[in-house]
Amino acid sequence: MINLKQVFLRGVLQDNPVLILMIGLCSVLAVSVTTVNAIGMTVAYSFVLIGSELTISAIRNVIPKTLRIPIFIIAIGTFTTIIQLIVKAYSPSLDKSLGIFIPLIVVNCIIIGRVEAFSSKNTVLASLVDSLGMSIGYGIVIISIAFIRELLGSGTIFGFSVYPPFIKPMLIFVLPPGAFFIIGIEIAILSAINKRLAKSKG
Amino acid sequence: MEFLQQTFTVLINSIFAQNFVFIRFLALCSFVGMTTSMDNSIGMGGAVTFVTVMASVISYALYYFILVPLKLEYLQTITFILTIAVFVQLVEIYLKKAVPTLYRAMGIYLPLIATNCMILAVTLLNITEQYSLMIAIVFSVGASIGYTLALILLAGIRIKMKYITIPKFLQGYPIIFITASFIAIAFLGLQGIAR
Repeated sequence: MINLKQVFLRGVLQDNPVLILMIGLCSVLAVSVTTVNAIGMTVAYSFVLIGSELTISAIRNVIPKTLRIPIFIIAIGTFTTIIQLIVKAYSPSLDKSLGIFIPLIVVNCIIIGRVEAFSSKNTVLASLVDSLGMSIGYGIVIISIAFIRELLGSGTIFGFSVYPPFIKPMLIFVLPPGAFFIIGIEIAILSAINKRLAKSKG
Repeated sequence: MEFLQQTFTVLINSIFAQNFVFIRFLALCSFVGMTTSMDNSIGMGGAVTFVTVMASVISYALYYFILVPLKLEYLQTITFILTIAVFVQLVEIYLKKAVPTLYRAMGIYLPLIATNCMILAVTLLNITEQYSLMIAIVFSVGASIGYTLALILLAGIRIKMKYITIPKFLQGYPIIFITASFIAIAFLGLQGIAR
């Protein structure tokens, strides 16, 4: 029996998909211009990850081994198309700002990686916990980057201006270089935390 | 004349002003993963160029000759990703059999390409931007040149990085992203050339 708490925490800390495994970076950097966009992306992403992990773990015993990758891709692609149509129908403005990054969830290496490495071998419950952990790990990273970029770059929090009028925000942080810079710093911070955790465990 | 002008604008835009790595943030996984040496990044760039151009032609044909007549446009994401995955597999099988030397040079990059988000992005953008087939090919060539350029730039810097002392806090991946940030500033300066 695997330890569910450990599975969950692994997604957030030791195996954080974005900052430690270095996968799924594209959407994190591109979408994190405003916090609202980042939350929207997290919801879309979690829907696809949880949906495909549950589906694959439920049918894991009937998937032929040689055909597994195409089956994974079809499952992930189906959930991506569902969320793409939902966002387009109910929130056209979010659809416009996330743009091409919603269909690109399908090639997000985290999802196919987790499906292949975890849910094709584990029970539905364990897959649910794993996908929740991975979604939260992804969400924390993208929302924190977006929060910092929005605050420094446009001087707003959730779209409300917080700077006094005589301070000009640093525009560079909403432009691409700012995204690269902040993710670099965040990777350094998380690996420092992980090193300390590993040391305190012995 | 107008066609030439559009071709040139799309080409310059996709290489510099809208560089796929530094401005659009695509294909970052291979950007940090494959730039450990110059050979790796040139090999990856070549393989991606070939697959991107072929995939955009195939997906363009599939979209306009099969999906549109059948009113199945909403299936484009699934269709395109399956097309790319199958195409990469076929290329791998063909190269292994027919051109073993090229396979040895390109072989290890091919499986990585199927999940390279730049290729799917190019095929999808061809449709949303409503490019004609010729412009779509130009766009995919430009995108791959921009990608290869980005890989070569970073690989060149990473080779030199072996000889300098990096603060302990930033060693490993963090310094790569901060380097990328400075290259991106340079690319921002090129934004003005295509408007």
